[in-house]
Amino acid sequence: MTVDAVARSHVAAPHGTTPLVARLRSVLRPDQVRDGVSEVNLYRHDASNLVGHASVVCFAESTDDVRAIVLVANEFGVPFVARGSGTGLAGGAVPMGGAIVVSTAKMNRILSVDPVNRVAWVEPGVLNLDLSKQIAHLGVHFAPDPSSQQTCSIGGNVANNSGGPHCLADGVTSAHVHAVEVVLPDGSVTVLGGEEPEPVGYDLRGVFVGSEGMFGVATKVCVKLMANPPDVATMLLDFADVADGAQLVSDIIADGIVPAAVEMMDQLCLRAVEAFIHAGLPVEQAAALLIEVVGLPAAVAAQVGRIGELAALRNVGGVRVAADDAERALLWKGRKSAFGAIARIKPNYYLHDTVVPRHKLPEVLEQVYEIAARHELLVLNVFHAGDGNLHPLLVYDAREPGVVERVHAAGDEIVRVSVAAGGVLSGEHGIGLEKRDLMPLMFSEIDLAAQADLRRAFDPRCLSNPDKVLPSPAGCGDIHSIPEGAWV
Amino acid sequence: MSLDDAIVAFAAEVGPNGPVTITGLGTRGGPVAGVRTVRAPSGIEWIQPAEMTIRCGAGTPVAEVDAALAEHGQCVAIADFGTIGGALAVGHSGVRRLGWGPVRDTVLQLRYVSAAGEVVKAGGPTVKNVSGFDLCRLMVGSRGTLGFFADVILRTRPRPTHEQWYSSARDPWGLLGELYRPTSVLWDGTTSWVLLDGHPDDLRGQAAASELVAVDAPPELPPHRWSVAPSSLTDLRNEPAGTFVAEVGVGIVHHSRPAPPAEPDAETVELHHRIRDEFDPVGRLNPGLDVFAA
Repeated sequence: MTVDAVARSHVAAPHGTTPLVARLRSVLRPDQVRDGVSEVNLYRHDASNLVGHASVVCFAESTDDVRAIVLVANEFGVPFVARGSGTGLAGGAVPMGGAIVVSTAKMNRILSVDPVNRVAWVEPGVLNLDLSKQIAHLGVHFAPDPSSQQTCSIGGNVANNSGGPHCLADGVTSAHVHAVEVVLPDGSVTVLGGEEPEPVGYDLRGVFVGSEGMFGVATKVCVKLMANPPDVATMLLDFADVADGAQLVSDIIADGIVPAAVEMMDQLCLRAVEAFIHAGLPVEQAAALLIEVVGLPAAVAAQVGRIGELAALRNVGGVRVAADDAERALLWKGRKSAFGAIARIKPNYYLHDTVVPRHKLPEVLEQVYEIAARHELLVLNVFHAGDGNLHPLLVYDAREPGVVERVHAAGDEIVRVSVAAGGVLSGEHGIGLEKRDLMPLMFSEIDLAAQADLRRAFDPRCLSNPDKVLPSPAGCGDIHSIPEGAWV
Repeated sequence: MSLDDAIVAFAAEVGPNGPVTITGLGTRGGPVAGVRTVRAPSGIEWIQPAEMTIRCGAGTPVAEVDAALAEHGQCVAIADFGTIGGALAVGHSGVRRLGWGPVRDTVLQLRYVSAAGEVVKAGGPTVKNVSGFDLCRLMVGSRGTLGFFADVILRTRPRPTHEQWYSSARDPWGLLGELYRPTSVLWDGTTSWVLLDGHPDDLRGQAAASELVAVDAPPELPPHRWSVAPSSLTDLRNEPAGTFVAEVGVGIVHHSRPAPPAEPDAETVELHHRIRDEFDPVGRLNPGLDVFAA
């Protein structure tokens, strides 16, 4: 289809709808296809500051619906972007070039659960926490637990290969997905991977997970379930020096202990959270580690004891072990409500996501504080210390003149120092639009060309969520300008 | 010669033209017959115990990696024979997969030599990374049809301080349900075997509660490998005793008969062809190798 033809498809017909919308309404129920300006505008962005442009929003209710939409997209040569709950932080679901938004939010059924072999089939719109709640009575759970787990969808987790605090011991989403039914970018439907452990051929399941919506649309997901642990110990350790806490993380791992979770909060964060939830957090200390060990009772007791010994060697202040489930829940509430609590400091925040080798945490944290100070910004750190996954949170008031530019400049520097320390661009939020043009910090032109080859094999016409992840010229060649709000 | 220099030399040896095949120790099928053969660099570049990572040449024997990691109380979830590159190229996991996870999840970063003779990096050195498309997962199990592995960074795990095999006459699914994260549950239609690791008090407690009897070793595994949905392993109740050992909760069946041929759907086959056409347009890497064959 020519550029003119694409343009014509967006031009309203005399009765107020474009040919594209009319065609979509002929393959779906009319009420599944929304083109009202105010409604479409709700789908121009995700949870990042980035804003794109959608032509129409379709609410799919089945694999057939998704396939029908994708076939229309192919017929009109118009791009499409799958969307779960829109909680992404890197602009992955921001529609580019007047894309059709394919919402899978209404595909939210848990299709089957096998508690013996610990496998479940779910639709992509099932919310992460809803799945674990629905199957809790069977003694199993879905391990990936992003901070957004109350609202993010399994389909979004698959697209972003999402992580979370409890991915330290059990791995990120890719390790918990056996198979994905997908509508490929040309409209064909297939299952990648399988319930069997070693499907023949390439691991296309593994390739699809984390492909940020650029290899097609997931319509069913087969997830691995984990047994709930018989015993849990949750510890809060505080330190007068951030570096001591950060160093303890490496000490624990080197000692042969892999806790279920190791989270760090710095003083500014502890104070914000304490004012919010009143959990008796150590607000006079520079930092605290929230450590959870799970398993059988003797192993848990031994690990709690050993962590205490190692912490003493790193000048730990207090060591608090949650006495019961209520106290454990309170400590975790402190961690997971950090992003809400910071609204008490400033109205806006920019959350970053990089990974550094664990032993570089003390050094890189110091650089993060220095960068924020130089740009006259407040920074809070609350992050997955166990796997070196930093989440510096720059808090600001967007009404202050010039502050947004300073936030973007500081963010750029934080990413660069992380990669320079032997780290990576993103641990769990993805590349999307936000970090697309920073990919050359990690990858050579040859490396990026190989990723573009893979993209082309799945989507030769570049219709599935174009312009993400791969910088020009490795991408499809029709890169749009980065929209307003990007700091790259 | 440093590993980086060895990788440059390896890429030059693979070159951009002509059919070429790769071999390691020949324990997982060996090279394609009658084709110029290359070997990947070998040797451990570094071990970072506090990162739980190791970097080595793809030609390094798994046994060498295992022995070096043992000095740091660590190990890697790769079955202990042949080379690291061979294990990753074939992608088959060991009998500890139930507890330790599949071999594909051990790879954090790898470099491979492409069909153009260029060194390509996939993934990153940290234990968590979602920067770009997951080429590491594409490469594991691709049997050298998309590129030849040069070096890898692997995720290690703590080496169990206490590990014990047990046997039981009980139904394996009952054991799978009541034991907490067993490392392996095997079943031959009559007897169940269980591998547990962890704190010795926990091992004793679990063994007593489930009436497990300690044994020296797991059963001998029949030669052929089937991959089936774990829920369908119950069908094996109709098989003659002694013809198979199944990995319960996983779905691998070690069988005395070869697996029936796989029947991938047309869309999946087409996708494979498109990927191979992008990565190796003339089919010079491991020519003629069928990735759908058992």
